Amino acid sequence: MKAVVIGAGVFGALVARELTRYDLEVTLIEKNLDVGWGVTKANSAIVHAGYDDPPETVRARFCAKGNAMYEELSKELDFEFKRVGSFVVAFNDEELKELERLLKQGEKNGVPGLRILERDELLSMEPSLNPEIKYALYAPTAGITEPWMVAIAAVENAVKNGLKLVLGERVTGFEKANGRVKKVITDKNEYEADIVINCAGLYADEIAKMAGVEYVPIHPRKGEYILLDKKLQGLVRRVIFPAPTKISKGILVLPTVDGGILLGPTAEDLPQDMKDRPITTREGLEKVRSFTKRLVPSIDLSLAIKTFSGLRPESPQKDFFIGVSESVKNFVNVMATRSPGLTAAPAVAKYVVEELIQEKMKLQLMKKESFDPHREGIKRYASLPLEEWQKEIEKDPRAGRMVCFCNEVTEKEIVEAIRRGARTLDGIKFRTRAMFGRCQGGFCMVKIMKILARELGVDICEIRMNSKGSWVVNGKVRE
Amino acid sequence: MRVDVMIIGAGAAGMAAAIKAKEEGAEVLLVERDDRTGGILNQCIHNGFGLHYFKQELTGPEYAERFQEKMDKLGIKAVTNAYVKQIGNREVILVTEKGIERIEVGALVYAVGARERPFGSLMIPGDRPSGIFTAGVAQRLINIENHLPGKRALILGSGDIGLIMARRLVLEGMEVVGVVERLPYPGGLLRNVVQCLEDYDIPLYLSSTVVEVRGRERLEEVVVAKVDESFNPIPGTEKVFKIDTLVVSAGLIPQLKLVDSLVNKNPTSKGVATSNIGQTSTDWIFSAGNCTAVFDLVDYVTYEGETAGKYAAKFVKGEVKGGRIPIKPGKNAAVVHPLWYIPIEPLTLYIRVKRPMEKGRLVAGKFERVFEDLVPSEMLRVRIPDRYLEGLDEIVVSIEEVI
Ligand SMILES: Cc1cc2nc3c(=O)[nH]c(=O)nc-3n(C[C@H](O)[C@H](O)[C@H](O)COP(=O)(O)OP(=O)(O)OC[C@H]3O[C@@H](n4cnc5c(N)ncnc54)[C@H](O)[C@@H]3O)c2cc1C
Ligand SMILES: Cc1cc2nc3c(=O)[nH]c(=O)nc-3n(C[C@H](O)[C@H](O)[C@H](O)COP(=O)(O)OP(=O)(O)OC[C@H]3O[C@@H](n4cnc5c(N)ncnc54)[C@H](O)[C@@H]3O)c2cc1C
Repeated sequence: MKAVVIGAGVFGALVARELTRYDLEVTLIEKNLDVGWGVTKANSAIVHAGYDDPPETVRARFCAKGNAMYEELSKELDFEFKRVGSFVVAFNDEELKELERLLKQGEKNGVPGLRILERDELLSMEPSLNPEIKYALYAPTAGITEPWMVAIAAVENAVKNGLKLVLGERVTGFEKANGRVKKVITDKNEYEADIVINCAGLYADEIAKMAGVEYVPIHPRKGEYILLDKKLQGLVRRVIFPAPTKISKGILVLPTVDGGILLGPTAEDLPQDMKDRPITTREGLEKVRSFTKRLVPSIDLSLAIKTFSGLRPESPQKDFFIGVSESVKNFVNVMATRSPGLTAAPAVAKYVVEELIQEKMKLQLMKKESFDPHREGIKRYASLPLEEWQKEIEKDPRAGRMVCFCNEVTEKEIVEAIRRGARTLDGIKFRTRAMFGRCQGGFCMVKIMKILARELGVDICEIRMNSKGSWVVNGKVRE
Repeated sequence: MRVDVMIIGAGAAGMAAAIKAKEEGAEVLLVERDDRTGGILNQCIHNGFGLHYFKQELTGPEYAERFQEKMDKLGIKAVTNAYVKQIGNREVILVTEKGIERIEVGALVYAVGARERPFGSLMIPGDRPSGIFTAGVAQRLINIENHLPGKRALILGSGDIGLIMARRLVLEGMEVVGVVERLPYPGGLLRNVVQCLEDYDIPLYLSSTVVEVRGRERLEEVVVAKVDESFNPIPGTEKVFKIDTLVVSAGLIPQLKLVDSLVNKNPTSKGVATSNIGQTSTDWIFSAGNCTAVFDLVDYVTYEGETAGKYAAKFVKGEVKGGRIPIKPGKNAAVVHPLWYIPIEPLTLYIRVKRPMEKGRLVAGKFERVFEDLVPSEMLRVRIPDRYLEGLDEIVVSIEEVI
C-alpha cells in the first residue's frame, strides 16, 4: 500500500514518520528545497500548555495531549525541548478575571499544575517583569523548542525507516477514479497513492480544491517578531503572555532554546494572495516594541539581531480542520493549522494514522518490527565536556575547526548537515545554527559557501540561500 | 603549557603587540582564528595604509606583510585556525584541529578587532531575500574569493568602508545606484567622498535611509526615504531603486564576547576600556586595536598594539607600577580613548567629536589646543606632554566650539 503525504512542515513530517511505523510505502512531497521552511520555520516556538483553547474546539482536543508527548518525542528525535513554563500576566482585577477563566478552561482541557500567582511570587520568579503586574497564571507544563528541528528530525528518522522524501516538487493535481485519488501529480512526476494526507499548511485549501474535497478557506494571519541577542539570556526564563484579548494570545516575551529573547508576534489578517509574503513592517515592529516593553520595561532594542515574520494558516472558524474526506474516501485533510499547531502536531499525527486511517478508513496496517524511533542529532562539539571534544578532534580534526564563532559551529557539523541533506545556506543554518547568531553570518557565510561548494562538487555560484532564485554570488570578478 | 604573553588576534594590533612583547624579551604565543594573519587588512586591497607609520602608501596586504616579515625574523609563528573557547583566571582554553589545550599565561593581549553591524539589527522592514551583504562580506567576496555579489547595488551607510566599497564595486563592473546615509553629512573621510563617489559619479543621498526591502527570492528593489532629525522617515519622500544587491555598511562594533565578564568597557567607544599602556581593569589583561575603539587608521592601531605588547611583557617582569589617573569624557567628546593614564608612558589621546565644528578647542587636563574642521568621522590623535598632566587626579577631555 502506498501513502503520499503533501507538505513537509511539522504536520507532514510527523504524519509521515507515524506512517513509517507500518508496512507501507510512504512518500513525502515538499515543494521547497528543504523541510520545515513553511509556517514551521517562523512562529513563537512554544509548546503551549493548553489552557487557551475553548474546550469544544479541535485545538483543545489535541493541544494538551501534544504537549504531553513532547518530552518523549524530543528524546527519541534528539531535538531541543525545554519545559520552561509560562505566565499569563494581569495588570488589574479585570484581567485577573481573564486568568481565572483561563484557569478553569485549562482544567477542563486537562492541563496539569495551573495556578495563579500573586505579585511577590511572580516577581521573584521573573524579576525583569513590570512591577505593576499584579497576578500571573502559571502553567508549568508550557515549553519551548526549535520548530524546524522537529520537522527535520522527524523526516530524518522517517527516512531511516523507509520514507521516500521528495524535495523541490510542487503538487499540481490529482488523478482520480471511483471517488478515490489514484495518483498525486507534481510539476515533475506522478506518484501512485492509496492514501493521501494533505498537510500543505497555508496552501492546504488549494490542494483540497485540486482534489475536489471539502475545505475551509485559508488566509494568512501575519505575526511579526524581533529577536534579541543571547547577551540577554535570562532576562525572562518563562514564556510571558499578556492577558489575552478576543483576537490573539497577545504579543509576548520568551526565551529561545539557545538563549536569545524573542519578542512578538503581532496578529494581522492578510488577503489570500499574500501567502508567500511574510514581510515585516514598520508599524508591526513598533507594535512589538511597545507591547513587550510594557511586560518587560528593560527591553533594549539596540540588542536586536534580526526581525522576521510568520503567517498563520487561519480559517474563518479559527480551528483546525482535520478529517477524512466524505467525497474522496482515501483523502485526509490536516488543514487550518494555526496556533497551537506546533504543539498539537504529534497528537494529530497519531490521530491521523491510528484513528482516521485505521479506524475511519478501515485500513488494516501492519506494524513494522524494524521501526526504530530514534534519531541522533548532529553533535554540537563545543558543548561537549572538553575531554570528550578532545577525543572527537583526535578522530576528526574538523571537529576542532571553528566555522561559526557566534554559535560555535565546527566544520564537522557543517559537513554532517550536508551529509544529512542540507543543500543551501538556510539548510545549514536551520540544522546547525551557524549564521544564526550575533553577526548573522558576517564572519562565516563565505566560509560556509565554500564548504557547501566543495562538498557538493559545484561552483560557488550555484549556492543558494534557500529557493532556486535566491542566488548569492554572480560570477567571477576576473578569470 | 605556559607562556609569558599570549596575544589573541593576529590583525594589525595583535601582530604589533607580539613583535614588541618579543623584543621586550617575553616568550609569546600569537593565536588567530582565521586561516592567516593580517585581519581586516587582508581584504583591503586599496592604497591608504601606512602613511604615518612607514611614511608610504601601501595596500592592506602589503602593510600586513611588513609585520609578518618582522615576525618571521623574530621567530614568532602565529597559530592560525585557532579558536579561543574561554578565558579563565590567567588561563586560556584554545581549540585547534590538533586538539584542546589549556594555556597558562603571564599576561594576555586581547586584540580581536571589531565586527560589522548586521543588516538584521537595523530592523529594516520588508522581505528577507538573498542579496543583502555587509560591506565586509562583499569586500571579502570580491577581493579574496574573486566573486561578484551581484549586478546593481545600493550602499547603505557612508562610512569609509561604504565609500570604498562603492568604488570597488564600480571598478569591478557592477553598477552602483547610490550611497544612502541617514546623517546630514557623510560618515567617512572627505577624501574618500571625493575619490570614491564624486570621481565615479555615484550619488550620495544624505538624511536618507532604506525603509523597505523587497524581493521574494533574490533582492529586487529597495525603498529609500528622507528622514527627519530623529531619523524617522518622512512620508511622501519615498524613492524606489531596482537593485539586486544591498551593501550594508552600518558601522563596526568592538568584539567583547570573550572578556565581557572580565574587564570594564569604555562607554564612549563601546570597546574594552584600557589605560595608556593598554592595560585593562584586570591587571594581566591588555587590549589594543579595534576591540578597544574603532580606529580610522591602521597606523594608530599599530602604535596601540606596540604599546600593549611592550607593557604586557613588562607586566610579566613586574615592571608595571604606579597609580592610574582616570580620564573622563567631557563636553562634545563622543569617543575618548584611553580611559586611564599611568605616568610611566606618555599619554596619546584618541578623540571623536560629537558633531562637526569649524573650529574647536581641545582641553585635556592643563593642555589646550585649537583644531579646525573637526568632524565625527575623523579621529583626533593628540600626544599630551607629561607636564600638562602633573598633579591632576583626573583628566577631563572636552572640545569647546570656537566661534
Ligand atoms: C506567527 C505564528 C506563531 C505561532 N506560534 C505557535 C506557537 O507558539 N505554538 C504552536 O504550537 N503553534 C504556533 N503556531 C502554529 C504553527 O507554527 C503551525 O501550526 C505549524 O507550523 C503548521 O505546520 P504545517 O505543517 O501545517 O505547515 P507548514 O510548515 O507550512 O508546512 C506545509 C508545507 O507544505 C508545503 N507545500 C505547500 N503547498 C505545496 C504543494 N503544492 N506541493 C508540495 N508542497 C507544498 C509547504 O512548502 C510547506 O513546507 C504559530 C504560527 C505562526 C504563523
Ligand atoms: C574596509 C576597511 C577599510 C579601511 N581602510 C583603511 C585605510 O585606508 N587606511 C588605514 O590606515 N586604515 C584603514 N582601515 C582601518 C584599519 O585597517 C583597521 O582599523 C585595523 O586594521 C584594525 O586592526 P585590528 O588588529 O584591531 O583588527 P582586525 O584587523 O580585525 O584583527 C583582529 C584579528 O583577530 C582575529 N580574532 C578575532 N577574534 C578572535 C578570537 N576569538 N580568537 C582568535 N583570533 C581572533 C580576527 O580574525 C582578526 O584577524 C580600514 C578598515 C576597514 C574595515
